[in-house]
Amino acid sequence: MHFGLSEEQEMIVSTVRSFVENEIYPHEAEVERTGEVPHALAQKIKDKVLELGFYACNFPEEVGGAGLSHLDFTLVERELGRGSMALTHFFGRPQNILMACNEEQRERYLLPAVRGERMDALAMTEPDAGSDVRGMKCSAVRQGSDWVVNGSKHFISGADHADFFIVFIATGVDETPKGPKKRITTFLVDRGTPGFEVRDGYRSVSHRGYKNCILEFDDCRLPDAQVLGEVDGGFAVMNEWLYATRLTVAAFSVGRARRCFDYALSYAAERKQFGQHIGKFQGVSFQIADMITDIDASDLLTLSAAWRLDQDLPANREIASAKVHATEMLAKVTDTTLQIYGGMGLMDDFPIERFWRDARVERIWDGTSEIQRHIISRDLLRPLGA
Amino acid sequence: MKVLVPVKRVIDYNVKVRVKADGSGVDLANVKMSMNPFDEISVEQAIRLKEAGQADEVVAVSIGVKQSQETLRTALAMGADRAILVVATDDVHNDIEPLAVAKILKAIVDEEQPGLVLCGKQAIDNDMNATGQMLAALMGWSQATFASEVSIEGDKAKVTREVDGGLQTIEVSMPTVITVDLRLNEPRYASLPNIMKAKKKPLDEKTPEDYGVDVSNRLEIVKTEEPEARAAGIKVGSVDELVEKLKEAGAV
Repeated sequence: MHFGLSEEQEMIVSTVRSFVENEIYPHEAEVERTGEVPHALAQKIKDKVLELGFYACNFPEEVGGAGLSHLDFTLVERELGRGSMALTHFFGRPQNILMACNEEQRERYLLPAVRGERMDALAMTEPDAGSDVRGMKCSAVRQGSDWVVNGSKHFISGADHADFFIVFIATGVDETPKGPKKRITTFLVDRGTPGFEVRDGYRSVSHRGYKNCILEFDDCRLPDAQVLGEVDGGFAVMNEWLYATRLTVAAFSVGRARRCFDYALSYAAERKQFGQHIGKFQGVSFQIADMITDIDASDLLTLSAAWRLDQDLPANREIASAKVHATEMLAKVTDTTLQIYGGMGLMDDFPIERFWRDARVERIWDGTSEIQRHIISRDLLRPLGA
Repeated sequence: MKVLVPVKRVIDYNVKVRVKADGSGVDLANVKMSMNPFDEISVEQAIRLKEAGQADEVVAVSIGVKQSQETLRTALAMGADRAILVVATDDVHNDIEPLAVAKILKAIVDEEQPGLVLCGKQAIDNDMNATGQMLAALMGWSQATFASEVSIEGDKAKVTREVDGGLQTIEVSMPTVITVDLRLNEPRYASLPNIMKAKKKPLDEKTPEDYGVDVSNRLEIVKTEEPEARAAGIKVGSVDELVEKLKEAGAV
């Protein structure tokens, strides 16, 4: 067993970290204040990342990516987690689900996405279908050789900058002994397709500037060429690709927690009350000890889940453990850091209040903590018949 | 033309340094180490010369502990072609002195015959600011220190230097040693393809004995102390009050 990073991995980590410190941190306060990422800034970040060869580094070399292993890519995500998500979005990690594109779709979607020419967004959630994905109402029916889509999606992250969307849509119902069960198909939908509209979403407490949008389908016609994977094969596509995406949430949380922790540590060492550094009080020092222990544990869970993916070992349970542990750890670390800062932690002079707000969504998106616990427990109990 | 770039592994500039309890130096155990920032600038300059077609090979050299290999890999990932590591000590707290480093560099220069040596003006750990100058003296070469602009024309180098009163431009004949200052350029990030290639680039490992250089220290560190903590300031409400306070303090 060997827990060290290779020289390449060390360099990947230090390059991404300096990129985030130099190219992302300076713009964070402004994005936070305005809730917008100016187009020119987004383009500037994208251009620099393309030049560095890090754009779409999660994709294999044969499609123009850097062919990073899951572990290497998880390290990249971890370092990016330090920075504002609204800005690191333009570091460019297209959805890996695009690898399900057929030859013809590769030219239209996958390759331009890897080259940074077109940006994608993934759309699954609906007002009445959150964790219960099969409860979706957005549906497509056959009309001639086309599909006609009606319904809506919400909470679609990155949709404001997306040129096309990967959308999960119900394409039929199966009658099963447990009742009706929807069949789901994945579609590629271009911005500007008649009958398809992208609207502003809600203002979220987390990740200002990383907008969520609402997608509306009103008799939107999509030909078969827009189906990603097989018709009715939406769940297969989801299962094959989305678990790895979930791991990026864990990696983000570890990176963000380390940045937050650095604030806690230095404040504990500098701030004086009752004539001594607050870090001398056990009430603070033990919190410091607990925080770093939790962060390191999440880090190891996350990296070992990535390692399992690289070894082609079953990893869904481990990814779920990493996700639930890291996101709940981040909630604790940001909350404890805020407590150490006291009232000043709530003011936007420091980024602590932002870390604290941002952390809240991590336990909800890409599968809530409850869904992760469901996955973990089913994986253990189902084989025992319980 | 071949360019030789000596790089040093030093305590990372972001790390808050701590003096060792016995005052013999700064505590380097389990501390983040990085390439000396001035050396990053010299690596960048060497790569730019290569990109401009004025250099055809960039060789990075590091002298110190075995882990300096990581620093050399960073230079290779930035774009240097190959590297030489001289393992001169196994103790991270043993800082090889400038004269010994300059002697080893002289031996390497004799062997490699570069047309230019680009050094950082000083290392941020001990701020000696001596190695480049000593190397030029040992070689009998010209030297141009604290460069903020460098242009090479034929067998001459035109170097703008940052001096106390402003900028001074000098012309030196090649081969030469140039030590670089902060404003010469902005070092690039290592690109992902170059990071992946770095491992495949040659890295020769040597010892001071290979060059017949004695690296034992001649200087004795008597004491290392933290700078005195700055006294707290006060806020004044107006210009008049400021003038009054300055007068009280005897500053005006």
